[in-house]
Amino acid sequence: MSSTGDTLRLRESGYVSKRTGTRWMVVIGLEVHCQLKTRTKLFCGCEYRFGAEPNSITCPKCTGQPGALPVLNREALALAVRTALALGCEVKEKSKFDRKHYFYCDLPKGYQISQYDQPYCTGGGIRLAHGKFVRLTRIHMEEDAGKAIHDRGDKTLVDLNRASVPLIESVTEADIESAAEATEYLASFKEIVQYCGASDCDMEKGTLRCDVNISVRLAGEPLRTKVEIKNLNSFRFVAAAIEYETARQVEAYESGDPAQFPVQETRLWDPNLGVTRTMRSKESAHDYRYFADPDLPPIRIDRAFIERERSSLPELPASRRERYESAMGLSAKDARVLTAERVVADFFEACVRLGGKAKDCSNWIQNELFCMVGDAEINAATFDEIQIRPHDLVSVLELIEKGVIQGNAGRTLLRAIVKTGRNAKSLVTELGLEQVQDTLQIETWCREALVGKDKIIADVKSGKPNALNALFGPVMKASGGKANAQVVRETLQRLIEEM
Amino acid sequence: MSAYSELDAVALAAETSAGKRSAQDNVAACFAAVGQLDRELNVFLNTDRLRAEAAAIELDRRAAAGEELGALHGVPIALKANMCTVGFESNCASRILAGYKAPYTATFVERLVAAGAIPVGMTNMDEFAMGSSSENSAFGPTRNPWDKARTSGGSSAGSAAAVAAGITPIALGSDTGGSVRQPAALCGIFGFKPTYGRISRYGLIAFGSSLDQVSPFARSVRDLELVTRLMSGTDVNDSTCLDEPELQLEHGDVQGLRIGVPKEYFADGLEAGVRARCEEAIATLERLGATIVPVTLPHSQHAIAVYYVVATAEASSNLARFEGVRFGARVEGDGSLQGMFAATREAGFGPEVKRRILLGTYVLSAGYYDAWYGRALKVRTLLRRDFETAFESCDLIVGPTSPEPAFELGSKTDDPVAMYLSDVLTVPVSLAGLPAASVPCGFTDVGGVRLPVGLQIIGPHRADARVLCAARAFEAATTHARERAPAFAHGGAA
Repeated sequence: MSSTGDTLRLRESGYVSKRTGTRWMVVIGLEVHCQLKTRTKLFCGCEYRFGAEPNSITCPKCTGQPGALPVLNREALALAVRTALALGCEVKEKSKFDRKHYFYCDLPKGYQISQYDQPYCTGGGIRLAHGKFVRLTRIHMEEDAGKAIHDRGDKTLVDLNRASVPLIESVTEADIESAAEATEYLASFKEIVQYCGASDCDMEKGTLRCDVNISVRLAGEPLRTKVEIKNLNSFRFVAAAIEYETARQVEAYESGDPAQFPVQETRLWDPNLGVTRTMRSKESAHDYRYFADPDLPPIRIDRAFIERERSSLPELPASRRERYESAMGLSAKDARVLTAERVVADFFEACVRLGGKAKDCSNWIQNELFCMVGDAEINAATFDEIQIRPHDLVSVLELIEKGVIQGNAGRTLLRAIVKTGRNAKSLVTELGLEQVQDTLQIETWCREALVGKDKIIADVKSGKPNALNALFGPVMKASGGKANAQVVRETLQRLIEEM
Repeated sequence: MSAYSELDAVALAAETSAGKRSAQDNVAACFAAVGQLDRELNVFLNTDRLRAEAAAIELDRRAAAGEELGALHGVPIALKANMCTVGFESNCASRILAGYKAPYTATFVERLVAAGAIPVGMTNMDEFAMGSSSENSAFGPTRNPWDKARTSGGSSAGSAAAVAAGITPIALGSDTGGSVRQPAALCGIFGFKPTYGRISRYGLIAFGSSLDQVSPFARSVRDLELVTRLMSGTDVNDSTCLDEPELQLEHGDVQGLRIGVPKEYFADGLEAGVRARCEEAIATLERLGATIVPVTLPHSQHAIAVYYVVATAEASSNLARFEGVRFGARVEGDGSLQGMFAATREAGFGPEVKRRILLGTYVLSAGYYDAWYGRALKVRTLLRRDFETAFESCDLIVGPTSPEPAFELGSKTDDPVAMYLSDVLTVPVSLAGLPAASVPCGFTDVGGVRLPVGLQIIGPHRADARVLCAARAFEAATTHARERAPAFAHGGAA
C-alpha cells in the first residue's frame, strides 16, 4: 500500500480506488508541535535536558504543587515570535493563555496552560516546490505534559522532567492533498524552524511531533468526516499513515454500508503493523473547559519586540538556495544539500566570504566534511561537532590552488586539521605534504615508468593522448602522491616525443 | 513587662527588641495560650512548638549579638492552613491533603519570617477556604471566643479566633469573597484585604485565583499596616502581583474625606444591632470630619450569583491537581487510572468542595460557558464599574461587613444559599479587587449574648493606605477594639 507507485498517484490527482477506479480527493491538515530551544521551561526556571534522570529537573511549579504559580519565560516568547515571523504569520499585540483541562497522571496541574481563542499569531504559511501555498491557520504556545511510562510491570511511572517544557503548536488549513505534499511541507517547516534557532525539530527526541487530520471526498463535494491520526514519529510514518488511511476511508465509503463509514475519531498509527487503529471516538472526546488563566496576565507583544526579532532573523533556506544558484552558480542539487541545515549553509557562506570558490567549497563540504560525521576517528555526531573553522577549509583550498599540495594531500591535511585542531600551514610541513617540484627527480620517476611500456608509447605517438594515463598513475605512486601532476604530465609527454 | 496577650505586634516586637522580654518568652506565652484555649476553640490544625522555639532561640541569639532586628522581631504568628510553609502541614482542612508538607515556603511567609515573625502553627478553616463558618473543615469547626456555641466566621476561622483569643497578636488569612473581613467582624478584631495583587499569592493554595488575596488579622490597625507593608511588593514568582510603591500611611485622619454609604448595604435583612452600630459608626466618622454622601451600587444584588460562578469555575480548575498522583491521600479505586482519580477525589473532598467543583465544572462546560461563565465575567465588569462610578463622588465607602453577628453553629449547614448570603456585603468588593478593612464598631445583644459587629471600610483600587488611615482614625476615636472576648488568654504575663 505504501509503494512508490501509490505515492506518485496521490501526488498527481487524488487517489484512484483500486476496486472501482473512482478518483477520490484527499484532504489533509497538519498539526505540528515543536519544542522550543529555551534554556529553561515555559513557566519555571528548570533547565530541561533530554535523557536526564527521571524527575530530576522539577520544581514546585512544574510539578503542580499547591500554591505554586506560573511565570512566563520571555525567551520562549521571543523564539515563538521568531518562528511566526519566519513563517509569515501575523503576530498579535495582545493574546492570552488559557487552561485546558483533562485528567491524566502526567499532567500535574490537571490542566495544560495553552492558548485557545487568542493565539499569539495567525496566518502565514509555506510555499511548496510546485507552487502550492499551504496556509497556516495559527500557531500557539503551550506547555508540554510529563511522560507516563507504562511498561515497567503493573505500575505506571511518571517522569515530570518534560512537564512545562515550551512548545509551539502550528495548525494548517486543510490545503494538503497527498502524502508527498505533507512530507514536503513538514521538511520545509522543519528547515525554517531550525533556521530560526527556535527548535531542534528532532523527531527521535520528540522535539518535533506531528498529528494528521485527514478525510476523503469526491470532486465537488463538501468535506466528509475527518479522522485524526497520532503517534507519527517520522516523516516516513506520516506518509505511510496518510496512504493507509486514504485507502481505508475510500474502501469504507465504497462498501456502501453506512455502518462501515469513517467516524470522527482519533486513531493511532501502529508502525509495526503499518495500520491506524481507533484510540478514542468523538463520544468520549474531552470537554477541555478552556478559560483564561487567571495566574497569567494577558501577553502583550509590542512592535519594538517584534521588529527586534524580525531584524535578527537569519536569511531563510529558500532565499539562500535562490542566491546560491543565481549568484554563485551552484546547481540546484548542491544548493539544496548545502541549505538543508543552517550550520552547513552558514559554514559554506563563511568559506565563500573568506575567498573560497563557491563550487570548490561546496564540493569539499559535501565530499569531505559530510563524510566525517559519524567517522570513528573524528568523533562528531553532527556537522556542528566537526572541529573545523571556515578559515581551515579555505586555507586547504588555497594551498591546492597555489600548487603547494596535491588534491589528495589536501584530503589528508583536512583530516589532520580536524583531528589535531592545528592550522594548515604547520601541518603541511610536519606531514611532508608539499608537492615535489624538483623536475630532475620527476624525470627520473618518469623514465623508470617508461621502461618496457613500448605499446603505450606507440599509442601516444600515434595520437592517443589518453594512453598517457596508464603511465601517470605509476609515477604518482612512486612519488608518494606528491609529484606535481602538471609537471609529470609534461615530462612524460616530452620524453615520449624525444624517443 | 506587660502581659503577652495584651500587646499588639508592634508593641511586642518593640519590647522584645528592647530586651524587656525574649522571643522564647513570647513563644512560651503563646503555647501557654494554645494549651489553655485550643481544645475548646479548635483554632489550630497543627502547631510546631519545637520549630517555633528553635526560631525564637535563633532570634534571641541575634538580639544578644547586637544584630539588626526585624519589625516583627520575636512575634508569634498563626498561618491559615492553605499557606505553604516548609515544616508545617498545609492541608487546607481537607482529607485529600492530609499529611501534605509543601516543599517550599510562600513568599509572604518568607517576608514575615525575615522580619522576625515566628510561625507557630496552621489554623483551621473551611475546607479549601470554601465556607463562611468553618463548618466545612474536615476537622470540626472553630468556636467563637465570644460564644463557643457560635461560629467565628469563615473561611479563615482559626486565624481570626487565634487573634481574638489572644493566642497570637497577628495571624494571616486569605480573603476570596470575605474570608478575612467576615471572621474579623464576627470575632471583634481588625481584618484587612488589600487590593488584589498587592501581596504575592505564591504559596497560597488557590481557591479562586482572580479573587484570592492574603490578608492579615490584628488587634490594632498599625499591626495590619505593618504586616501588609512587609508582605507587599512584586514577586518574581507571581506575575499577577502589582508593582506598587510601599504602603505609606499619612496621619490617621478622615478630616475632609467624603464617605459614601451605599443604600444597598443597608437593605432589609440586616440584623438590627448591626444596622444600629454601623449607623453610629458613620455618625462617628462624620464627627471626625468626614462628609457622608449617599451612593449606589446597583449591581451588587447580582454579586453573590456572579461570585458563585467565577469562584467555582476557578476552583474546579485549581482543585483538578488533587488526584492522588503526587501528594496527599490516594485511594486506589478500581485499579484504573481514572478510577484512582475518582476514588481519591470522592473520598478526599468534603460535600461543599464537591458541590463547588461540580458547579464550576458545569459553568465552564462546552455549550454552557457563554450563558454562565462568560455572562458572569460581564456582570463582574458592571460591578467593578459600579464602584468606579461611586468613587467619583466619594473617597471611601462604608457599610456593615456582615449582615448579622456570629450565628450558631449548625444553624445554616442545611441551607448552602443561606450560608452564601452571609458574604453578600463582602463579595462585591472581592469581585472588584478593591481594598477593604473590617473594624470593630460595637456590640449587639442576641438573646442575651454580647456579640461584636464589624464596619467595613472600602477604598478605590490601590487606595489601601486611605482605607487604613480611616480605620486608624476610627480606632483612635472608639474603644470597641479594646474589649476582650470571654475566651481570652489570661495569665500570659510571661
